[in-house]
Amino acid sequence: MANRNNSRPIGRELDLEAQRRRAAFLFLAPMIIALFCVAAWPLLRTIYFSFTNTSLTDLYGGEWIGFDNYLRRRELSSGRVVWRGTLADPAWWNAVWNTVRFSVISVFFETVLGLIVALVLNAEFKGRGWVRAAILIPWAIPTIVSAKMWAWMLNDQFGIINDIFIKLGLIERGIAWTASIDTAMTAVLVVDIWKTTPFMALLCLAGLQMIPRDIYEAARIDGVHPVKVFWKITLPLVRPALMVAVIFRMLDALRIFDLIYVLTPNSKATKTMSVISRENLIDFDKFAYGSAQSTLLFAIIAVFVSLYIWLGRVNLSGEGNR
Amino acid sequence: MAEIVLKNVTKSFGSLEVIKGANLRIESGEFMVFVGPSGCGKSTMLRLISGLESITSGELTFDGSLMNNVVPSKRGIAMVFQSYALYPHMKVFDNMAFGMKLAKAGADEVKNRVEEAARLLQIDHLLDRLPKQLSGGQRQRVAIGRAIVRDPRVFLFDEPLSNLDAALRVATRIEIAKLHRNMDDVTMIYVTHDQVEAMTLADRICVLRDGIVEQVGTPSELYDFPNSIFVAGFIGSPKMNFLSAGFAEPFGCATIGIRSEHIEIANSDAEWSGEVVHAEDLGSDTYMFVEIGSDEPLVVRCAGKHRVPWGERIGLKPLSGQLHRFDGAGRPVR
Amino acid sequence: MNRSAADWVRLSAFYALVAIIIVVSIFPFYYAILTSLKSGTAIFRVDYIPVDFSFKNYATVMTGRNFIRSVVNSVLVAGTTVLFALFLAVTASYALSRVRFRGRALLLVTILGVSMFPQIAVLAGLFELVRFLGIYNTPWAMVLSYTIFTLPFTVWVLTTFMRDLPIEIEEAAIIDGATPWVIITKVFMPLLWPALVTTGLLAFIGAWNEFLFALTFTISETQRTVPVAIALLSGASEQEIPWGPIMAASVIVTIPLVVLVLIFQRKIVAGLTAGGVKG
Ligand SMILES: Nc1ncnc2c1ncn2[C@@H]1O[C@H](COP(=O)(O)OP(=O)(O)O)[C@@H](O)[C@H]1O
Ligand SMILES: [Mg+2]
Repeated sequence: MANRNNSRPIGRELDLEAQRRRAAFLFLAPMIIALFCVAAWPLLRTIYFSFTNTSLTDLYGGEWIGFDNYLRRRELSSGRVVWRGTLADPAWWNAVWNTVRFSVISVFFETVLGLIVALVLNAEFKGRGWVRAAILIPWAIPTIVSAKMWAWMLNDQFGIINDIFIKLGLIERGIAWTASIDTAMTAVLVVDIWKTTPFMALLCLAGLQMIPRDIYEAARIDGVHPVKVFWKITLPLVRPALMVAVIFRMLDALRIFDLIYVLTPNSKATKTMSVISRENLIDFDKFAYGSAQSTLLFAIIAVFVSLYIWLGRVNLSGEGNR
Repeated sequence: MAEIVLKNVTKSFGSLEVIKGANLRIESGEFMVFVGPSGCGKSTMLRLISGLESITSGELTFDGSLMNNVVPSKRGIAMVFQSYALYPHMKVFDNMAFGMKLAKAGADEVKNRVEEAARLLQIDHLLDRLPKQLSGGQRQRVAIGRAIVRDPRVFLFDEPLSNLDAALRVATRIEIAKLHRNMDDVTMIYVTHDQVEAMTLADRICVLRDGIVEQVGTPSELYDFPNSIFVAGFIGSPKMNFLSAGFAEPFGCATIGIRSEHIEIANSDAEWSGEVVHAEDLGSDTYMFVEIGSDEPLVVRCAGKHRVPWGERIGLKPLSGQLHRFDGAGRPVR
Repeated sequence: MNRSAADWVRLSAFYALVAIIIVVSIFPFYYAILTSLKSGTAIFRVDYIPVDFSFKNYATVMTGRNFIRSVVNSVLVAGTTVLFALFLAVTASYALSRVRFRGRALLLVTILGVSMFPQIAVLAGLFELVRFLGIYNTPWAMVLSYTIFTLPFTVWVLTTFMRDLPIEIEEAAIIDGATPWVIITKVFMPLLWPALVTTGLLAFIGAWNEFLFALTFTISETQRTVPVAIALLSGASEQEIPWGPIMAASVIVTIPLVVLVLIFQRKIVAGLTAGGVKG
């Protein structure tokens, strides 16, 4: 046994670390290949399509047309100049506005309500387990099912929401919540907030539970008012967890599709970037034009993420706390 | 059965150099203890020998063959961890047999070796249990048993007793000493920050300080002839008394050191005198703390029970030839 | 106001808040069940407590229009996707959590980035790929496309779980001569199975609920998954939305999820917060 490794020069044999690195590479390769196939490659193709005039029926017949899908200057025979392309399309800007409006408002309410629910769940009281189980239900229900459930509850003639409001004397006649231009966005927001607040609450709760109890006890002994405890102790301590949750939610909200597609189909008041892109891609046979719009959405989200990571120095990888 | 030699071994984590050129020879069958304050690089040294960390530069040989790039399982080592590191989902038997099974040993041989090791450690009645059903001491025995089953030529321990309570620690220490006598051809390296453990177990001790080998020697060599103030202060309990400046000048050095048992109470021809500020009666001995105007009170050991003259002034005198003298760099003046 | 009165007010306010949270959370689902049990014109009458108990809507859903076929499709697609993702994720997350190598942090952030991809951005490219592979209008189109969100999610969550396993156990295994593959299969997997179940369940829910790809990559009713089937469930005419059957179908596909989620409550909460990712 002793002379098994006699007189071998340094570096001929792989040491432990090198062996592990080689294994790591083999382990990572399938995942990287899979992600390349389903993420990187399709993304590159989408971007490529956005510079062509490819159509849905003839995917390989497109020609390179440069930035025309984004912005194109055209001089009419009358000499008037018109701008074409997504960036000159009011429907696109309407979708951008809808998306931003939806994201900011929904994430704001989800954060505030999520924090409130988390504070409730963080208190010691009988039946806490039941409350936690109850708030998991909206999260567990598929988005499409939530959309349908709420569409029914918000129905203009037979909906229970109108019934409640009429009984309370808040309104006189039923409102067509999902169909009316004025209320469609509110309806979408209500459903999204209802469905997603539990998730925010759980993340906030995890943050709250990492705060050591003795901090609160010390504050109580010092006679600090509970409201002050919240602003001066709780909030600063959960803020890092909260910021990560907010950014994830924000990214999720910016790409919303399913809820809006099902709850308020074809409503100008709620159509978001994802919805309008898919409409062009698949339904209207403006495949390349839709590709340009989805590329723009990707660019917007990418810029948002980079800015956030760069400005906020958010430690997304969780590496730091090892 | 294996002589281990480290030649100019260094280890860096990134830009941080943790082991700064260690030279050390560990004799075959020797019980070597690495001791030093926490963070000095003891575990790192052990992990370099085990192969769990790679050596940045220098050479490590077992019986003359280079080990730098040999993976841990091929070095013929076994290791006992501070946290036991038992596989939580395996029964004691499987914990001990895992390595042999991976080496594709026959079922009968595995069974024999595991049962033999279990008998030796008196854990043969626990073989069907899961680690979580064992006490801390039993877990540590299983961890030692798992190491024995590997039939290693080098046995490595990283603070194996730190997670045990005081009584169990002493019992297990004796167990390990016995193990060493039974396996006298196996080289053992044992890491601890506790100098009492080091003194009681070691054939030789290697004192580490900030990634540097400070001194290597038998326990009594280190105790009697420390090579630096650091070793003098680290080995021995209570800590050696150090006096400097005005107290050291008459002895012609920068600092003098004197162990508590080498000071006697002398009312005539006293070297120092001061007030007794505190006393600890340990039953067999009494430690008296005497304020003589130095940085810390002088600790004096008196055998047996002693009537403590609290607040009284007493005279003290070092036993002749037991004084350690150090120069300004902390090296002994001999 | 004396002290005990103030306490009493505070306590009732707290429990009122608790009551509101519970009612708001479960009322919509309760109302869906209630509606699904009505038949005929009873559906157009608003009730707050159940009065009808007719299973006619359920019968309609189960017998008609490929609904069972859709459920089978969904189970198949979600199950396959999850198994595939878990298989790739276990080894990958070992490498990401346990092996030091250059570019690890970058790779982790990239994976996280993929999980935040707007799915619409890959839709055109995936559409082409699906057509190219000849799997348009088959469940395989969904299995392929769902990998884009299940794989990063499972890798991410399992990486955080694996990072928490004690390093010394792995080192003991290394000394015992275990290769990385043996460490994963014989040491880590048995310790991680609760995490695997949780992660798998969360990924399953994600795949079960997916809508955009399922809508885009299927054309015939027999190939649809449940969300698409429910979304496109329509009556004889545009005006006649079959609310009763829709609610019945909704209840059928939601009950198993709710039951699973309630059973695995604690584990799911741990998994969600470890992932920190989407809902
Ligand atoms: N994997 C590592 N990466 C970076 N630094 C390390 C690593 N392991 C140990 N160190 C550093 O090396 C020094 C010595 O550590 P160690 O050998 O564990 O000390 P101890 O003597 O207490 O066992 C410490 O300062 C420690 O922070
Ligand atoms: Mg150590």
